Amino acid sequence: MMKTEMAIATVVVVALITSLLRFLPFIVFGEKRKTPKIIDYLGKFLPFSIMGMLVVYCLKDVSLTAAPFGIPELIAGASVVLLHLWKRNTLLSIGAGTILYMLMIQLIFL
Amino acid sequence: MKKTVLIALKKTLPVMAGYIVLGFGFGIICERAGYGILWALSMSLFIYAGSMQYVTVSLLTSGATLIASALTTLMVNARHLFYGISMVDKYKGSGCQKPYLIFSLTDETYSLVCSGETPDGVDFKRYSLLVSVFNQSYWIVGSLLGSLVGSLAKFNTAGVEFAMTALFITVFVEQWKSTKNHIPAILGVSLSLLCLLLFGSDKFLIPSMILISAALIIFRKKIERHGKEDSQPESK
Repeated sequence: MMKTEMAIATVVVVALITSLLRFLPFIVFGEKRKTPKIIDYLGKFLPFSIMGMLVVYCLKDVSLTAAPFGIPELIAGASVVLLHLWKRNTLLSIGAGTILYMLMIQLIFL
Repeated sequence: MKKTVLIALKKTLPVMAGYIVLGFGFGIICERAGYGILWALSMSLFIYAGSMQYVTVSLLTSGATLIASALTTLMVNARHLFYGISMVDKYKGSGCQKPYLIFSLTDETYSLVCSGETPDGVDFKRYSLLVSVFNQSYWIVGSLLGSLVGSLAKFNTAGVEFAMTALFITVFVEQWKSTKNHIPAILGVSLSLLCLLLFGSDKFLIPSMILISAALIIFRKKIERHGKEDSQPESK
């Protein structure tokens, strides 16, 4: 285990870099200046791309070459999509998908 | 005001479920690594980035150098630059609450405010602040509970992290249904998958962000033409 001072310094560094990344765009494209057209455009369409990227990001460590070959993720993910298309109830889709996934990895795909 | 509170509460319910569970998981991991409740609280207050807090615990236990910690944070959290870029305009004129809005722009908060619109015409400034405050409160409550109960908990929480994946999938589906212009969504998924294959799971985020931005800029004319045919993106 690290020394306490070093651990505090680590937490501070992580917090500072995280904030830097969050604040940077707002500092560069300040409040007063008019937002460049290209940033305006990206602001409108990036959300769609980012959400796709986030889904991939969540599943990045799933291995398709080793058991269980991403089968639990595939089944649970598909259930969330279908349930959501059917009922459009966010809580239900997330709750059912997560419970299904937990059951699968704890009981079936050990 | 009351109506805005209710709407923000309703919209953040899925995040409440996810954050309490994931915050709980973080609290437990933190506690078991030998970092008690004050550590969990400080990290959830000042770092407030879900996956990065999990990574921070492993940085602490593995004795990483400060440079390594800084670089890891840059890699894991670079996607926040994206959120900033797409919120620059929407958060204009937010006054004194703006620094907090920016600080608290996590993946999940972003997914609830990224449309820049609010349901039923409530004020976006108030709505986005409430969503941000509620979400961080859930996260803090979850991590405190995890830290307190962590040493006692015996039940198996394996797989509970899928809640966040499920949240992003539902937002993705909502966005998909809100527009006929699927080019940005398809670009997002396919280019991220491509980069994942090419660069591996540790290093794919930054190349994905660069490729996605480049592709959006290259296909700008096509995307904007499509975009005019329907309304603004909306997420639920």
